[in-house]
Amino acid sequence: MSTCPVIYLDHAATTPMLPESIAAMTEELAQFGNPSSLHNAGRRARRVVEESREQIAEVFGARASEVIFTSGGTEADNLAVKGMFWARRAGDPRRTRVLTTAVEHHAVLDSVHWLADAEGATPQWLPVDDCGLVHADSLRAALAAGPDGADSAALVSIMWANNEVGAVHPVAALAAVAHELGVPFHTDAVQAAAQLPVDFAASGVDAMTVTAHKLGGPVGVGALILGRAVAPVPVLHGGGQERDVRSGTLDAPAIRAFAVAAVTSARRRAAEAVRVAALRDDLIRQVLRAVPDAVLNGPPPGPGRLPGNAHFSFPGCEGDALLLLLDARGIACSTGSACTAGVAEPSHVLLAMGADEARARGSLRFSLGHTTTQADVDALGGCIGEAVTRARRAAGSAAR
Amino acid sequence: MGLKVLAAMSGGVDSATAAARAVDAGHEVTGVHLALSSNPQSYRTGARGCCTLEDARDARRAADVIGIPFYVWDLAERFKQDVVDDFVAEYAAGRTPNPCLRCNEKIKFEAVLDRALALGFDAVCTGHYARIDEADGTLRRAVDDGKDQSYVLAVLTRDQIAHAIFPLGDTPKAKVRAEAAQRGLLVADKPDSHDVCFIADGDTRGFLAGKLGSAPGEIVDVDGTVLGSHEGAFGFTIGQRKGLRLDRPAPDGNPRYVLSIEPVSNTVTVGPADALGVREITAIRPVWTGCEPPPAPIACAVQLRAHGEVHPCTVWQDDATVEIRLDAPARGVAAGQAAVLYDGDAVLGSATISATG
Repeated sequence: MSTCPVIYLDHAATTPMLPESIAAMTEELAQFGNPSSLHNAGRRARRVVEESREQIAEVFGARASEVIFTSGGTEADNLAVKGMFWARRAGDPRRTRVLTTAVEHHAVLDSVHWLADAEGATPQWLPVDDCGLVHADSLRAALAAGPDGADSAALVSIMWANNEVGAVHPVAALAAVAHELGVPFHTDAVQAAAQLPVDFAASGVDAMTVTAHKLGGPVGVGALILGRAVAPVPVLHGGGQERDVRSGTLDAPAIRAFAVAAVTSARRRAAEAVRVAALRDDLIRQVLRAVPDAVLNGPPPGPGRLPGNAHFSFPGCEGDALLLLLDARGIACSTGSACTAGVAEPSHVLLAMGADEARARGSLRFSLGHTTTQADVDALGGCIGEAVTRARRAAGSAAR
Repeated sequence: MGLKVLAAMSGGVDSATAAARAVDAGHEVTGVHLALSSNPQSYRTGARGCCTLEDARDARRAADVIGIPFYVWDLAERFKQDVVDDFVAEYAAGRTPNPCLRCNEKIKFEAVLDRALALGFDAVCTGHYARIDEADGTLRRAVDDGKDQSYVLAVLTRDQIAHAIFPLGDTPKAKVRAEAAQRGLLVADKPDSHDVCFIADGDTRGFLAGKLGSAPGEIVDVDGTVLGSHEGAFGFTIGQRKGLRLDRPAPDGNPRYVLSIEPVSNTVTVGPADALGVREITAIRPVWTGCEPPPAPIACAVQLRAHGEVHPCTVWQDDATVEIRLDAPARGVAAGQAAVLYDGDAVLGSATISATG
């Protein structure tokens, strides 16, 4: 078998589990019991789940009763977007507008498209600037602009931080605008929760998606943090385990590992953000030194950008050729785009930011995390120049 | 010291086994699945079609088992321009193209090979059944006569062949399947591909009608007598007997065959089998890889379609065209097909049939 990459610069896709989280999960896997069972084994598992729920709530500034466990970010986004749409429209049939951005993760994007196709929803795509940021004024204007003004709006869904270019949206300000006009607000905080202080109560949002595997926990568990006044229509029907909003036997080992990862990463977050941002800034310097015409996409490094994110367009290159060449050097990164049978589509995020298709196809995301070292950054800096030269030659061979 | 090899992996048993053999030979191999359809089907149906999502997944699993890196390359746009559009245009011009040959020439050993070389690879490996002579680089037939694919590779130039690796040429197909099973490749029992991969339902005439529209015209005999009508001359191939839907039987009661297709007047001419015989063939775009272009006639053999029989002949090059004189008449010789010249099992060269007499 080919060996795993030595230099892992794809933490935004998933980050290695923290040893503390692995230990907790392993210990719990050896236990048994359905948290919904009434007997001793069930009570034991239930206690694990509820203690974990409290810890996760504390990390994200929420009450324990506001944490709805899901199978991950995609399920939480689907539940929030579809469930809140259905519930709001049931309350008033005029509420058919869904306000969101074109830079959302596909879990939100495709849920909104589905609502439009199957449920008669009217999506409204808020514009983003050339850094990928949405502004509160555009939300206010869009809410007021529809038929019946904000009364025709079912919900607003805007991500906290963008997974491709790392743009951090002014979520509290955006949520305040929505609330002024009486419209509930969901945010996908999957990327933000791993790197930024994310406080549900302070942000004022009504629903917030988080997932374990971006912050050092296992894949397959996440949560929708849901204000107690919000009652989305369920997507999964069954035993009603989670506030009757989400059904399915609770996965005690994964939930415990999620809680341990959340607590551990939160404890280290401030120091890690400084350390990772310094490495990321050096990565940007090294890449731009080796490839002077590379373009850093997204907001400038600083509070407006995730500390672990660097995203470049390399003019004259195809991202997948660069990825192959770096992969052969043991460097893992991402073209940051959706895949159909592994075929790279041009990034919808860059296209929404005004990039043309060639620039969107010629981009790569490097995302740093808790295992990243200076040696990783230096390794990339040492071979990105040659890789770009080769990839340009390959792109030239294709142009006829 | 092994080469850096890019293995094109369709998701079938041949290309998977070829990639595994390239690894065994000491090469540093990277697998690539070529996505040739911009709108792939989810599942494969029978032996037709390729590039479904299922094929891509099969190729990925084979690469996992072999233990090589794997990527998907999107060549849908190039494939459409160079193979599909060409296929349609050739039929529209009254010729009968061979899209597999075109794909080898333009996609696997041009678009893919050029990109591979630029990225630092030394060669492209495929699961084709053909051999390359180690001594002189000549393309030769595979040992498995039934599977031999030298015909659809004969269009490659010497430079393209120099960067090609065909690890299966010395092995019968049955042994390749057994070897794949023994290697743990799950595609060992997958059916062979047949027919045109981008026409999933196998209905070439329907596909062409969809692209070219309906163009009603006449079917006539050699005297010009109208015998019937058709929905587009592009739907016919020289030598075709079935599907003519003629109202009246021939006076002598013998079957009739398509003798010629005239795209300008949109007329299909039919006649008896003995009128199909061809002795003189003119071919264009010659590629000589097994010998120098012969200025004077040389004796060799020619194959006029994939899996067709081999005809003894005399060949010479006259300016830019190749003239072929068959020792005995051949039937069903269609313009657009390749004439591949052989000396025994060695490919001398190939050219595209442009006229017959």
